Amino acid sequence: MTNPKGRFGIHGGQYIPETLMNAIIELENAYEACKKDEAFQAELTRLFNDYAGRPSRLYYAERMTRDLGGAKIYLKREDLNHTGAHKINNVLGQALLAKRMGKTRLIAETGAGQHGVATATAAALLGMECVVYMGKEDTIRQALNVYRMRLLGAEVIPVESGTGTLKDAVSAAMREWTNRISDTHYCLGSVMGPHPFPTIVRDFQAVISKEIKEQLFQAEGRLPDAVLACVGGGSNAIGAFYHFIEDEGVRLIGCEAAGRGIDTFETAATVNTGRVGIFHGMKSYFCQDEYGQIAPVYSISAGLDYPGVGPEHAYLHDIGRAEYVAVTDDEAVNAFEYLARTEGIIPAIESAHAVAYAQKLAPQMQKDQIIVVNLSGRGDKDCAAIARYRGEDIHE
Amino acid sequence: MSNIAKAFDHGKAFVAFITCGDPDLETTEKTVIAMANAGADLIELGIPFSDPTAEGPVIQAANARALAGGVTTDKIFEMVRRLRASVKVPMVFMTYANVVFSYGIDRFCARCQEIGMDGMILPDVPYEEKEEFAPACRAHNLDFVSLIAPTSEDRIATIAKDAEGFLYIVSSMGVTGERREITTDIGAMVRLVRESASIPCAVGFGISTPEQAAHMAGLSDGAIVGSAIVRLIAEHGKDAPEIVAEYVKRMKDALLAL
Repeated sequence: MTNPKGRFGIHGGQYIPETLMNAIIELENAYEACKKDEAFQAELTRLFNDYAGRPSRLYYAERMTRDLGGAKIYLKREDLNHTGAHKINNVLGQALLAKRMGKTRLIAETGAGQHGVATATAAALLGMECVVYMGKEDTIRQALNVYRMRLLGAEVIPVESGTGTLKDAVSAAMREWTNRISDTHYCLGSVMGPHPFPTIVRDFQAVISKEIKEQLFQAEGRLPDAVLACVGGGSNAIGAFYHFIEDEGVRLIGCEAAGRGIDTFETAATVNTGRVGIFHGMKSYFCQDEYGQIAPVYSISAGLDYPGVGPEHAYLHDIGRAEYVAVTDDEAVNAFEYLARTEGIIPAIESAHAVAYAQKLAPQMQKDQIIVVNLSGRGDKDCAAIARYRGEDIHE
Repeated sequence: MSNIAKAFDHGKAFVAFITCGDPDLETTEKTVIAMANAGADLIELGIPFSDPTAEGPVIQAANARALAGGVTTDKIFEMVRRLRASVKVPMVFMTYANVVFSYGIDRFCARCQEIGMDGMILPDVPYEEKEEFAPACRAHNLDFVSLIAPTSEDRIATIAKDAEGFLYIVSSMGVTGERREITTDIGAMVRLVRESASIPCAVGFGISTPEQAAHMAGLSDGAIVGSAIVRLIAEHGKDAPEIVAEYVKRMKDALLAL
């Protein structure tokens, strides 16, 4: 390997068509400049605080803690951010960056629709044009978010190729970017794709772990014993892990979507069932067949229904710093309902995967230990689908 | 001299692309023979990939059909072995990084050498990542073909200096597919290449008519056609070999007239 750029161990890199290379280099240079630019950082902090509602709360889930009878559970309330998920952190950063670069148009892929809604929101706020690519299947599963994006002035393009899910939306957005670079920024939604995206998105999401650390010191005067987050591409997880990576006593646990189970083909648990490959601009773990054909993955959660994982997660797995566990549809749906009844909080079905693992883990830990669960998004968007899962047909 | 260079020995080169296994490998095999006989100077054999991010709708659909029909990298290797008994023109694989990486880069290149392939084109491996693949290619006598695009600008000299076989000039922004017009200043790109290297240049993306092929080859050393051929195969299925051969002959004739 001769290109050390954007590598996390063997993972990462820049596996993209030549057509995009100068755009990627331009992005990297612009980002490096913005990182050091105090005015840019001040503007971003202002948007985080005044517009997105940061810092998000770190909430002690007392009833859940009591009910599970083990470790103390804190919920990092990214669901309370403007637009209802952690996605806004990354999008505000990238939209400001794009504006700095003189771009007037944002394109994005979306799975559950949360990143699409966040991008449409930032585009509206900053007066930019916005086009969102969304798998056809997902536009049906997440119809409410399609409406929200359109309401915010974005054009939503349903993608019918492949399995009509997140991976196809990423491919479509990449194809569109090769078509129109001069005025367009591809606002990638997760810590994936070619360098510098995994680093840019991580840096904008790292505010999550920075706040958790400060807030938990205030509340408990110590570090947590475990941080849990769901992992699709892995942006909320890397955001929740980042400032704890050096604190080796803190277990970092990524919860992958097992779908109907990791022993079935209907799964999206990439680290648990995939192997190293090259796709969507990066080297990382991918669900694929013996000839490297990308597998049609499955999860009830449109946001985790992706056959790859961000390269930094692949690296954290390789060096044993983070653990990646698999949570099934059933367990996630149970956790979705459990958190609603126990704490009066309806989590996104994505985040419910992390809640489900907390339910398993907390009882095995001591009462003086602490788990932080990153509640990456709110669950309003999922209510109709979960009702259907339970055999109930509600009309949105 | 690499075998690929021979493709540019008979006037302006006509480079033909085909997706292997669409609609089946038997048709692919017949079509390749027919294209070689009709005057194709270099043939790109596409190994289908589940998610071909550099392709437009025509080749995407061909990839999906081929995979649904059960084609695999190993079955394509077997087809090439049979083809090499009668087809002497240079042939390269065109596929995606993961197809090669997943097979094992060295194992893939060793198989290519065994069956008589001359090189490979990986559109998702830019200059920065090429050294992951190029050493194994060199060890097995394969050219790793580089691409330059309308956005390459200051990168052209660097890429051209290191280029092997031929240089693939991407004519337009976007993905593969037929286009009514090509607006990029191809002549300027070729001049930049010539300043740093003496490698043949062929232009691809968007070419479908003899006039376009002649125009593009007039500015370079050859024209590459993919989607137009793949579309003929989609339309004519098992009857495609003869129809594609007629098309290739028309295209090569237009280049010979230059």
